[in-house]
Amino acid sequence: MNANSKIKVENLNFFYGPKKALNNVSIIIPDKKVTALIGPSGCGKSTFLRTLNRMNDLITSTNIDGKVLIDDVNIYEKNIDIVELRKKVGMIFQKSNPFPKSIYENVAYGPRINGIKSKNQLDEIVEQSLIRSALWSEVKDDLNKSGLSLSGGQQQRLCIARALAVDPEIILMDEPASALDPISTTKIEDLIFELKNNYTIIIVTHNMQQAARVSDNTAFFYMGDLIEYTSTQKMFTNPELQQTEDYIRGRFG
Amino acid sequence: MNNKLFGKTTVLISALSAILIIAALIYILLEIYLGGRSVLSWEFITSEPKEGMTAGGIFPAIVGTVLLVLIMSLACVPIGTITAIYLNEYASKKSIFTRMIRFAVNTLSGVPAIVFGLFGLGFFIQFIGNGMDKAFYNSELHWAQPNILWASLTMAFLTIPVVIVSVEESLKTVPDDLRAASLSLGATKWQTIRKVIIPNSVSGILTGSILAIGRGAGEVAPILFTGAAYFLPYTPTQLTDQFMNLGYHIYVMATQSTDVEATKGIQYATAFILLACTFFLSFIAIIIRYRFRKKINI
Repeated sequence: MNANSKIKVENLNFFYGPKKALNNVSIIIPDKKVTALIGPSGCGKSTFLRTLNRMNDLITSTNIDGKVLIDDVNIYEKNIDIVELRKKVGMIFQKSNPFPKSIYENVAYGPRINGIKSKNQLDEIVEQSLIRSALWSEVKDDLNKSGLSLSGGQQQRLCIARALAVDPEIILMDEPASALDPISTTKIEDLIFELKNNYTIIIVTHNMQQAARVSDNTAFFYMGDLIEYTSTQKMFTNPELQQTEDYIRGRFG
Repeated sequence: MNNKLFGKTTVLISALSAILIIAALIYILLEIYLGGRSVLSWEFITSEPKEGMTAGGIFPAIVGTVLLVLIMSLACVPIGTITAIYLNEYASKKSIFTRMIRFAVNTLSGVPAIVFGLFGLGFFIQFIGNGMDKAFYNSELHWAQPNILWASLTMAFLTIPVVIVSVEESLKTVPDDLRAASLSLGATKWQTIRKVIIPNSVSGILTGSILAIGRGAGEVAPILFTGAAYFLPYTPTQLTDQFMNLGYHIYVMATQSTDVEATKGIQYATAFILLACTFFLSFIAIIIRYRFRKKINI
């Protein structure tokens, strides 16, 4: 827990209309580690994840107070460029959502909107991103095929490649493997393990084994509160609180 | 047993209704074709009316109709598309302003065509046209009279709601997942609309255009006062020209001709050509739509 901190959240409260979804959450997330967010459905973990790249801004009548500091800059300051923020903080969604474009165009989408036009440069980025998302060997001869023609697991890795192509520092994953079969899930988990060398990863998961396998630290949310936050090893062997243990052992949730 | 019978009856009734509609269409097409067959020829299509429109062809009316529809599309497709994008992507669903636009669109689509004609006369010719002449031509008569531009714009008002509705429907089918994906990659809202949402709704935009073309080619009332000419041996070359129109031509021959009997074949043939033109223009849009769908490869 003493590694360099990347994200510092201080007294964060979040509301959907009158309903409070996050209650005074404070957490420090270390750089280049995998942090898992666990908790029963509706506990606020996905909401919390989305506060980190301000995807909640898209939902009307939400309110937020508190601070989210990324590299010591509060991303809820008025003069923050959300576009820049989202380039720095990539996101992988629960349901893979490739664009109905070719594999190449899917990965090149981010670099293109950033103004990169050179074909060589794009080729390089596409190749590197697909290599890093462990998809290159499977698709290198079919880059012009539609992204939607891939299998579910491949589509999710394509989405990861697409996110990597804009060179983020943080990657948010919202149950990235919940819709995948066990083999695809294993591939995604191996990939997360690879990626944490270069990226700070925050993953929401319902799967306790997955949290235990891939993460360095785990945060347990319940009813909008951050209940316990500690190293994954401690969380899954000897949690501080009875409530955490009950959840992890599957007694509720 | 009762249920089974009910099921079979339902199928039978729906099949009969379908057949009835197709039969009616075939009957109309056949009737028009047979009535006009003796007149239809290459010459009929390529020459102008002669002898008080009891002989000759309908070339100026074909050109006039096609031009009318093209200029109308240039106006109504962009405006309708942009409005639909605004309503679906930018406007907050509950704001008074949005509701006003929706109310206006719905009302507009229910207004009788002749009212559009009168509106065009009052607004485009007497207000805008007159104003332009006063401002730029020292009150010399250029724009304050019926012409193809005013007729096309009047027709565009009639067809804009058609475009808005079909584009909006197609925007709604673009999954929010794709919007989220694009935004999460650091795209701005406009980039998302341009690169993800519009390419995914091209088919809706073209469907809207097809419907608008069909509507615009067939309507006569909006252009009665705003640009259609009774008889004009030449084809329009500039926006201030009047023009002949297939629909209006049929009306004129059926009601105003010196010898209605003599024009009967021409009327049938003209109706046939009008259908062919509408089909041809729609067909172009359908081809473009098909190619886009293939390219997007959904």
